[in-house]
Amino acid sequence: MSEHNTNPSEHHEGPEGTAWIWKVFWILLAVTAVEVALGIIKPSILLTGFLGTSLLNVIFIVLTIAKAYYIVAEFMHLGHERKNFIWTITLPIVILIPYLTFVLLTEGGYMNVLMNQ
Amino acid sequence: MANGAALEQNTSAIWGGGRQPFGASYGKMMMWFFLLSDALTFSGFLTAMGLYRFKYEETWPIAENVFTHFPMLHGEHPLLFVALMTFILILSSVTMVLAVNAGHKNNHKGVVLWLGLTIVGGFMFLGSQAWEWYHFINGDKGAIQLEDRTIVYLTKVGDEDKKIISLYELVTDVEKPHGNHAEISQADARVAFGIKTQYTLLYPGKAKTTMTRAEAVAAFGTSRVIQGASMRENEYGNVLFADFFFFVTGFHGTHVFSGVLLNIIVFVNVIMGTYKQRGHYEMVEKVGLYWHFVDLVWVFVFTFFYLV
Repeated sequence: MSEHNTNPSEHHEGPEGTAWIWKVFWILLAVTAVEVALGIIKPSILLTGFLGTSLLNVIFIVLTIAKAYYIVAEFMHLGHERKNFIWTITLPIVILIPYLTFVLLTEGGYMNVLMNQ
Repeated sequence: MANGAALEQNTSAIWGGGRQPFGASYGKMMMWFFLLSDALTFSGFLTAMGLYRFKYEETWPIAENVFTHFPMLHGEHPLLFVALMTFILILSSVTMVLAVNAGHKNNHKGVVLWLGLTIVGGFMFLGSQAWEWYHFINGDKGAIQLEDRTIVYLTKVGDEDKKIISLYELVTDVEKPHGNHAEISQADARVAFGIKTQYTLLYPGKAKTTMTRAEAVAAFGTSRVIQGASMRENEYGNVLFADFFFFVTGFHGTHVFSGVLLNIIVFVNVIMGTYKQRGHYEMVEKVGLYWHFVDLVWVFVFTFFYLV
């Protein structure tokens, strides 16, 4: 038993070297730059309604989730852990947060309707 | 060494089955579970803000009209400063990955360098946040809060562009100088508004309706002058916006601060050679997870406070 005591986590090899780190950095930077540019310009084509908000907002949220994916999968190395561990961490997030968001935003919209009656 | 090894033995005793569940050490896995619960906490705060934002849609400030300053630059630069803050945090995340990477190769000097730079990045972010808070708390042009707590702004009668005039300009007739945070008293503003008939009041929002001068004078009589934002009032619109801003960015800032502290503790251990003797740098990896999480949360705060 004691031989395990001083062992760190088993190492799941990601890509060698540091090139992949800088690649992820450039992806994150590019996505942020696109977000800021869209936020400043606010192209009027993208302000059309879509899924209950504007198309622009949907783009922002998709890009944010893309950034989150790269941070968690690559920087936090979760993408290179064992499959069952990946699901243990991500499933509660993937189920609970969209649910909470849906419930609270629906309720907020309803409160707005009531208040303005 | 003795201390560290004792700790290590205690924790791995739980892994007494002779295996590592998920192939992860106890410490690393528990860090992941902590981050999972912390992610749910942050999502609770952000969705609560979403609820009130949906409820008070009409008076909720648009963040790009609120955070428009950039150090040493005049004029309005929406989003630029937060973009810089995001850049700083992403960069410090990169240096953290490089530190973890150096740790895997038992490259002592590499860990010292990259972890050191991560700490510097953390302090830069905290400084930027302090600057952002300072400007938010001091406010910009100032507003008038009507008796029913509606926020309205000063403008000139018949101005087509409906340009917002600062309280400073109302009283002194000079455009508000950059970086001036002089407090305009309630009495001064009221007297000035009474004399200067060229000014009226403007409702913000999409419609941007203007009051007639007579309506404005009547409304001004029972109103309060507001400069900046606090927990109780907010010149930019609904006060809940200020409350959530202080609470969510403050809670995130607390995480950044404790992350910097953890990084410093590990940094000192690295310099003292604790992990060299232990034979692995997994502690760097564990605080690294926390540090990346702080970056991850900021990505969401950035979107839901400043962009959407």
